[in-house]
Amino acid sequence: MLMTVIRGLIICFCLAGSMEQAWAVAVDTPLEDPVLEARARAIHKQLRCLVCQNQSIEDSNAGLARDLRILVRDRISAGDSDEAAIGYIVERYGDWVLLQPPIKGGTIMLWSAPVVFLFFAAILIFVWCRRRSGPMATEASPLNADEQDRLNALLDDKDQA
Amino acid sequence: MIAELGHYALVLALSVALVQATVPMIGAWRGIPGWIGSARPAAIVQCLLVIVAFGALTYGYVTSDFSLLNVASNSHSAKPLLYKISGVWGNHEGSLLLWLLILVLFSGAVAVFGGNLPAPFRARVLAVQAMIAVGFTSFVLFTSNPFERLLPAPMDGRGLNPLLQDPGLAFHPPFLYLGYVGFSMAFSFAVAALIEGRVDAAWARWVRPWTLAAWCFLTLGIGLGSWWAYYELGWGGWWFWDPVENASFMPWLAGTALLHSAIVVEKRDSLKNWTVLLAILTFSLSLLGTFLVRSGVLTSVHAFATDPARGVFILAFLVAVIAGSLTLYAVRAPAMKGGGLFAPVSREGGLVFNNLLLSTACATVLLGTLYPLFLDAVTGEKITVGPPYFNMTFGPLMVPVFIAMAVGPMLPWKRGDLLGALQRLKFTVLATLVAMFLTLALAFDGPWLAIPGIALGVWMIAASLEEGASRIRLFRGPIAESLRRLSRSSRSAWGTTFAHAGAGMVIIGIVASSAWQVEKLQVMRQGESQAVGAYQFRFEGAVPLDGPNYAAVRGTFHVSRDGKAVAVLQPESRRYENPPMETTEAAIRTGWGGDLYAVVGDPTGDGAWSTRFYTKPMIHWIWIGAFVMVFGGALSLTDRRFRIGAPARARNAARRAGIAVSTASK
Repeated sequence: MLMTVIRGLIICFCLAGSMEQAWAVAVDTPLEDPVLEARARAIHKQLRCLVCQNQSIEDSNAGLARDLRILVRDRISAGDSDEAAIGYIVERYGDWVLLQPPIKGGTIMLWSAPVVFLFFAAILIFVWCRRRSGPMATEASPLNADEQDRLNALLDDKDQA
Repeated sequence: MIAELGHYALVLALSVALVQATVPMIGAWRGIPGWIGSARPAAIVQCLLVIVAFGALTYGYVTSDFSLLNVASNSHSAKPLLYKISGVWGNHEGSLLLWLLILVLFSGAVAVFGGNLPAPFRARVLAVQAMIAVGFTSFVLFTSNPFERLLPAPMDGRGLNPLLQDPGLAFHPPFLYLGYVGFSMAFSFAVAALIEGRVDAAWARWVRPWTLAAWCFLTLGIGLGSWWAYYELGWGGWWFWDPVENASFMPWLAGTALLHSAIVVEKRDSLKNWTVLLAILTFSLSLLGTFLVRSGVLTSVHAFATDPARGVFILAFLVAVIAGSLTLYAVRAPAMKGGGLFAPVSREGGLVFNNLLLSTACATVLLGTLYPLFLDAVTGEKITVGPPYFNMTFGPLMVPVFIAMAVGPMLPWKRGDLLGALQRLKFTVLATLVAMFLTLALAFDGPWLAIPGIALGVWMIAASLEEGASRIRLFRGPIAESLRRLSRSSRSAWGTTFAHAGAGMVIIGIVASSAWQVEKLQVMRQGESQAVGAYQFRFEGAVPLDGPNYAAVRGTFHVSRDGKAVAVLQPESRRYENPPMETTEAAIRTGWGGDLYAVVGDPTGDGAWSTRFYTKPMIHWIWIGAFVMVFGGALSLTDRRFRIGAPARARNAARRAGIAVSTASK
C-alpha cells in the first residue's frame, strides 16, 4: 500500500513540475524498424524507472520513464550497440538504474547469499537430525497410551480454567 | 469535539494497555487469580476505546472536518464517500491507527473467544499483546497523532492520491494489516509459551486458527494489491518485487512455513523450538515491514536521517521486540525437549524440507530488499536490486517446494516410502506428461521454459486432486461410500487440497501470461486497426469526459476475432486536480482464455494517440488461484477441531471416545 503512497507522491511532484512539458514532449512512438524497436524494448526492460520502486521504464507510465524510453530509442536509432546505449544511461544515472545489479565487489555477498543460506540451513538440519537419530523409532504408530494420557491431562487442565 | 473525544479515548487506551501489559503478567507469575482475571476485561475495554478513537477519525473524514490536519492533508470534500472512508487509512497516521485497531480487535477476540485457554496462559498472551499495543499507541500519540488540529481550518482539503482512489485499494490495507497484525497472535502465544516453558500439541492447536486466519487475510491482501497494480499501475505488471511488496511478502513466506511446522508440533510433538522461533520471526518481519514502509527509509536513507523521530521510534521498538523475544527464546528454548523422531522421507521430513526452502527464500528476499540500504550506508554506493535478481534467486528456490508439495501429503508420518507415494500419484504423473506434450505441441514457438512451468502447475493441481480423491476412495468403490467418507473427512485436510491446488493455479497463471503475452505499442488514428495475436483492435476515437473529481479522455476500441465482435474496450487517461496527477485506467476484458488489455496514452497533437494493447493468456488464474488458496485456508478454519471457542462439550466427548478406544486396545 505504501508503495503506492510513496510512488504516487513522487510521481505527483514530478508531474506537478513537468506536466506541461510532458504533454509537449514527443510521444512514445515505436521505431519504424521492428528489429531496432525490439532491441530498444529489451533495453527498456533492464532499466529502472527513476521515480518508481523497482518498476522498469518499460512497465511504468510515469512521464520520466517515457522520456527515458524515447532516449533509449534515440540512441539505438543513432546506431549505438545495446551495451553502448545502456552504458550511455548508466554513465548519467549510475548503476542505480540497472534493475539487475552487476556482479562486482560490493554485490558478491548479495549474489552468493541464497546458496550460502541454503548450504548452512541444510547443514544445520543435517546436524540436528544426526544428533537426535539415536534410537530411531521403527514402528509408525499413532499416539501411544502415555502420549494420549498426557494430552488428556493437558485438555483437562484447560477445561478447568 | 468528536476528535478530542477520540484523542482522549486513545490516551485512555494507552493507560489500559499499560495495566494489561503488567498486572496479568505478574498475576500469572505469582498465581493471583484476581490479577490474572484482569486481563480479559482490560483487553475488551482497550478494544472499545480504540474503536472509539478510530470511529472519531472516520467521522472527521466522512464529515470533511478540515480543522483536523490529517483530514485536511489527505481528504477533499468532492471525493466519493467510499474514498473518504478509505482515506482514513490512506495516510501515515490513519494507517497506524488502523494497525492498532486490528491489534486490539485480535486481543479482544482472544478475551472473548479464548475460553478454551487456561486462564494464566491467556493472561500472559493478552499481556504480551498489550505490550505491543503500548508500543504502537505511544507511537501514534507521540509521533503521529491523527487528531492534531489545524487552525484556521482551510476551506478544502488537499485530496487523496488518485492512485489510491480505487475500490481494490480501498480494501487492500485492511486485509494486509489483518494479516500482518494477525501474526502478532502467533508471537504472543509463542512468548507466553516460552515464559511458561511449555510448548506441546495443545499449544500448537490453540495457535493454529489464529495463524491460519492471519495467513488467509495476508494472502487476500497481497492478492488484492497485485490485482490493483495490474489494472492501475503501468501496463499490466502485477508484481514488481518492490520493497513495499516484499515487506508484505516476507511475513507471508515465514507465516506459510509457520503453518506447516506447527502441524508437526501438533501431530508429532516435534520441531517445537523451531516453530516458536518461526512464530517470533514471522511477527518480527511484519514489524520490519511496518518499519520499512513507515520510516521513509526506503525512499532514501537520507530522508530518514533528516526527519528521524518516527523512524527512530519504530526502529527502537523493533529492536526491543526482536531482541527481547529472542533473548527469552535463547534462555528458555534449550529446555524444551523435542518429541517424535522421524526418518528423512516422511511427512515430517517433507514439512522440514518445505521450511528449509521457504526460510531460505524468505531470507533471500529480505537480503535483496535491504541490500541497497546496507550498501548505501556502508560504502555510499547506490544500486538497485530489481526483479531480475529476485526471479533468478527466488524462483529456483521455490521450484523444489512446488515439486515436493505434491508428494508430501502422500507420505505417512514418521517413515515413508518415496516410490510408494509416487505410485499413488499415477494419475498425476500421467496428467503432467500429457500437459508437457500438449504445451510442446500447441506452443512450440513459445519459450521452452513454459513447458516445465505449465507441467509444474499441472503436477501440483493434479496431485492435490488425486490426494483428495484417494482420501474418500473415489472411483475405488461405490460412490455412496465415497460420499459417506466425504461427509466424515476432516475439513482441514480439504483445506490443504484447495490451498495446494490454488498454488498450482497461480503458477499456471504466471507461466502462461508471461510466456504467451502479446504486446503491441503504436500510434493510431481514428478508424485504424491493429492486429494483436488472433485479435483485431479498431480505434473508434477518443472523447473528453468529466468524472466526479477528474477530467478524462476515453478511447473506444472495438475488438474482433475472425471478423466477429468480441468486446468494446474503453480505457481512460485521467487527470485529477486535487492533488494534480495523471492516471491511466486500463480497459480489461476477461474471458475464459485470458485478458484483453488496452491503454490509451498521450495525443500526438495532430489527431493521433499513442495506444498499447496486450493479450494476456490465463493471467486471471493468478488471482483465482490466490482466492482458491484463501478458500482452502478458510475451509480449514471451519474444521471443528480448530474452531475458536467450539463448545468444550464436543471436545470432551471426543476425548472420552479416545480414552474408550485406548483402554479397549490395552
